[in-house]
Order: sequence, then structure tokens, then C-alpha cells
Amino acid sequence: MSMALPLLELRGVNLSFAGNTVLDNVDFSVGRDVIVSLIGPNGAGKTSLFNCITGFYKPQSGSIKVDGHELMGLKPHKVTQAGIARTFQNVRLFQQMTVLENVMSGSHCRSRAGAISAILGLPSQRREEAAIRAHAIECLEFVGIADEMDRDATNLAYGHQRRVEIARALATRPKLLLLDEPAAGLNAGEKQDLLNLIGRIRDELAISVLLIEHDTGMVMKISERISVLDHGVIIAEGAPKEIQANPKVIEAYLGQDDGEDLL
Amino acid sequence: MAQPRSNAFNNIIAQFDEPWKRYAAFAVIVALLLIAPISLGPYATVILTNALLYVVLALGLNVVVGYAGLLDLGYAAFFAVGAYTVGILTHTFGLDFWLTLPFAVGAAMIAGVIIGTPTLRLRSDYLAIVTLGFGEIVRFSARNMEITGGASGISGIQQPWLFGWHINTPFEFYYVFVVLAIIAVIVSVRLQHSRLGRAWLYVRHDEDAAEAMGIDTVRVKLAAYVIGAIFGSISGAFFAVNLGAISPESFSFQQSVLILMAVILGGMGKIPGVILGAFIVVLAPELLRDLGEYRLLLFAVGLLLIMLFRPSGIWPVRGK
Repeated sequence: MSMALPLLELRGVNLSFAGNTVLDNVDFSVGRDVIVSLIGPNGAGKTSLFNCITGFYKPQSGSIKVDGHELMGLKPHKVTQAGIARTFQNVRLFQQMTVLENVMSGSHCRSRAGAISAILGLPSQRREEAAIRAHAIECLEFVGIADEMDRDATNLAYGHQRRVEIARALATRPKLLLLDEPAAGLNAGEKQDLLNLIGRIRDELAISVLLIEHDTGMVMKISERISVLDHGVIIAEGAPKEIQANPKVIEAYLGQDDGEDLL
Repeated sequence: MAQPRSNAFNNIIAQFDEPWKRYAAFAVIVALLLIAPISLGPYATVILTNALLYVVLALGLNVVVGYAGLLDLGYAAFFAVGAYTVGILTHTFGLDFWLTLPFAVGAAMIAGVIIGTPTLRLRSDYLAIVTLGFGEIVRFSARNMEITGGASGISGIQQPWLFGWHINTPFEFYYVFVVLAIIAVIVSVRLQHSRLGRAWLYVRHDEDAAEAMGIDTVRVKLAAYVIGAIFGSISGAFFAVNLGAISPESFSFQQSVLILMAVILGGMGKIPGVILGAFIVVLAPELLRDLGEYRLLLFAVGLLLIMLFRPSGIWPVRGK
């Protein structure tokens, strides 16, 4: 792939539900080895944009490309196979399953053993199972909760559940990781740990990160680029300093609780 | 949610957490099954054979309902497909029983794909309705077609030979079903601890999250539905040669409900629970036989009580 090509590129994405415009002609891109944030007032359409990228929503028009491959019209699992992994705004771990089993789900799309090889217990299937397990443990070690791998995932502390979700997304071996409000519900110490983790995901794993986040302090600290979405329209795009000084952004945030944080 | 292990039953089950104890328990159960007919006599042997048939059927439906979380209300249809395929091919076309087995499996797979492909894309409620209809269609077709023998069915189905051994007494069939049940347990265990088995649980717990992890949820559900169909069909094949005669009434909606009851009663997705459920469904009405016409009433009340006090099945849920 040519380096000039952005990793993720959205062109003219329109999404509406029953005549209500949610995303209006959105152009947006994410480069390689970068941390990019998507911010905006509540109801601006940030999560809807995530859902369009990951195939959960079907935009009426536009183009969404990863590495030059069109994602429009693909089902979510195909998008994941193409290299985009995500977490959810409200943590969605698989209940009554261990932390390790949760993370093993990420390897599903990178493995192949079917029913017959499992029933016969073929050597290839056993090797693949061992590899899936080993990779899941690696991902858990990376996010720092490998010692909890045998516990029920939903019995973990909230901050650790968020880490399981990130480990699970990393297990899909993505090129781009989408984090939907990863700091929501975390305390100051946990937020700092999360900042370090996101930095390491980019630096050590060479995975680009796109995050939606309300904690503007955190966004300003970590992002190389920031895009601002308001009423379904991208109103600004640039480095953190440019965004902080942009009058359109300040106007969009006026009257919002997080406006003061931004300024 | 994990239930606390508070009562006596849970404490007994907890004793079998270690693998060697589980294998030992499995060996003891198999040994008991092997000597059971000698000590219990012919009548009990026939009942136990029926219980083992239900073990295979319930383990098959457990893949669909317990693992993948798909409500199938017409599972007896696949039981019928297997039984009629063997009945028609051996009786009408004179094929050897063992040669007809692949046809029975193939027919169930085709039926599973035809019913599953369009409906598994929809919400799971639709599957319940479609499978309910499918069950009735199969039964009515069997009743009205000439090749299936109409309402009286097919009789005089040849009992099979295996390497010069003619399997034809109730005792011999009992052992055939012991082997079938053991195979069904091994297949279930291996599937449960495989990539596909985990995928079923992911899909059951959170379909969107499973899709987001790159799992083709429609394909995974179809695999569960077809594997369940194969279990049902093989059970039907052996059911047909055991009885030597089949009729549409063996494959009614009530039959589907009874198999589903075995799965839910024991505890969906838990193999020992499902086996226990199958034994309860077959043995309880027999044990209550002395009560005459009240036995079904008592059986129903018992089921209601179990569902009230252990809604996720008799077998305990593991929690860590």
C-alpha cells in the first residue's frame, strides 16, 4: 500500500433515520501510526459515525475505505476482518465467560478450524487452539490484566472490564482501533493508565487509534489530530492547539457542560 | 449471573471440579449403563433404551438451543427426516441400513440449510415460528405422501447387521444406544471446547459484540442448526431400525416439546444437565405409573416447581 493513502478515508457519508439527518456529507480520514480523536457535543453523531465505519449502520451514500478497500455495504464481521476493531460505549463483554474466553473471541476471524476437525481432535485444530489461547494471553499481558484471565469477565472491576474489551479488540489483529468513550466511568489514576495504554498501542503495536472522548483534557493531551462533529457535520479538523483556538468549535461548545473544559 | 453454591446438590456437583474426578464419574456411569440390563430385566431395558435415545436427541437440540441460543420448536422434524430416510431406503429400495445413514445425514443437512439460511438472518423469534411450522409440514407430508406410507407409516424395517452380528433383540439395541449416547457426549464436549463452540456462546450472549469481533454470526448459527439436525437425524435412523416401524405420530409437536423440555430442565448448554433432563423426561412418567391418570398432572407440577426454583435448570451454574 502506498504511504500517501490514508488508513481510513470517509468521503461524503450521509446517514439519516426516518428523514432526520444524523451525518451530513462527512469527509474524514485517519492516517497511519496516529492517535486521532473525534469530539463534539452530545448527540452530534459521533457513535453513529463509528457504527457506519464498523458496518452496524448503513449510510445512504458515501464511501468508507480502509487501505483503499471499500467497506460500504459490508457486514460488521467483514469490517473487522478488514482490520478495524472497536469497543463499545457501554462495555459489552460476553457474560458467564472468563476473561480469557472473552479475549479468545478476537482470534475467531484469524483462525479456521471447523466442526469436523474439532470433533476428530485433529493435530492442526489442537495447534490452532493453543495459538489462539497464547495470543489471547499476550493481549491480556499487554493491557496488564493477565493475572485475572480465569475470572468471570463481568465480575471484574469496571476499569478492568474496559481493559478486557480493549484486549479483545487487539486480539483481532487490527490496523485501526476505534475506542468509544474509553475513559467514561474511570477515576483519575485509571485515566492516566488508559492514556499510557493508548500510547503503547500506537508505539509498540503500530496500530492507529481513533477515539471518541468527552474528557477534553485527555483528548488534548493524547491526540495528534482532532476532528469536531456538530449536528452531523465536521466543523473543524486539526492539531489540538488549532482546535482549542477555533471560533466555530468554541461556539458549538457554548452552553455545553464540557465547554469550559475545552477552553 | 452466577448462582452461589449454597445447597447440598451444588456442593455435591462441586466435588467434581477436578478433571480426574469427572473422568472417574463418567467411567462409573458407563459401567452402570453396561450392567444395567442384566440386573433390571427386559422392561427396564426398553425404557432405558428410550432414555438413551432422548439423551442423543437432547444433546443435539442442546447445540441449537443451549449453545447457540436459537429456539427450535420443530426439532422432531429432523428426527423424522432421519427415520423416514432410513425407512424408505431400506424398506422400499432394499438398501443396507449402514449405507442409508449418509443419506439420512445428508437429508437433514439439506433440510437444515433450507430452513436455516433464510430465517437465521432474522431475529430469533422468527426461527421459533418457522421451525414450529417446519415440524408440522414434515409430519403432515409424512402422513399424506405415498412413499412415507401415509398415516400408518412404514413397517417391517429390517434390523441391521454389523460384521455378521444381527442386531435384533432389545438388549442388543440397548448397547447400540449406549454407544450412540457416548459418541454424542464426546462430540458435544469437543464442540463445546472448540473455536466454533465458543463462537456459539459469543453469539448467544451478545450478537452485536460477536459481529464486532469478526464472527460471521449467520454462518455460526447455521452451523449449530445443521449440527443439531444431524444429531436428530441419526437418532431417527436408529429409532427406525430399533422399532422396525415408524408412523407420523412419533414426530409430533409434543415430541419436539419433550426434547426441548429435557434441554431446559437439565440446564441449557450444560452437558451433564441435559443428560439428566433426558433421563427425567423419560423415567419420571414411568416411575409415576402407579398413580394412573394423575401421573402426567404430577409430572407437570414437578416441572413447574423445578422451573420456579431453578429457572436456569437443575444443573448448577459455574461462577468464579
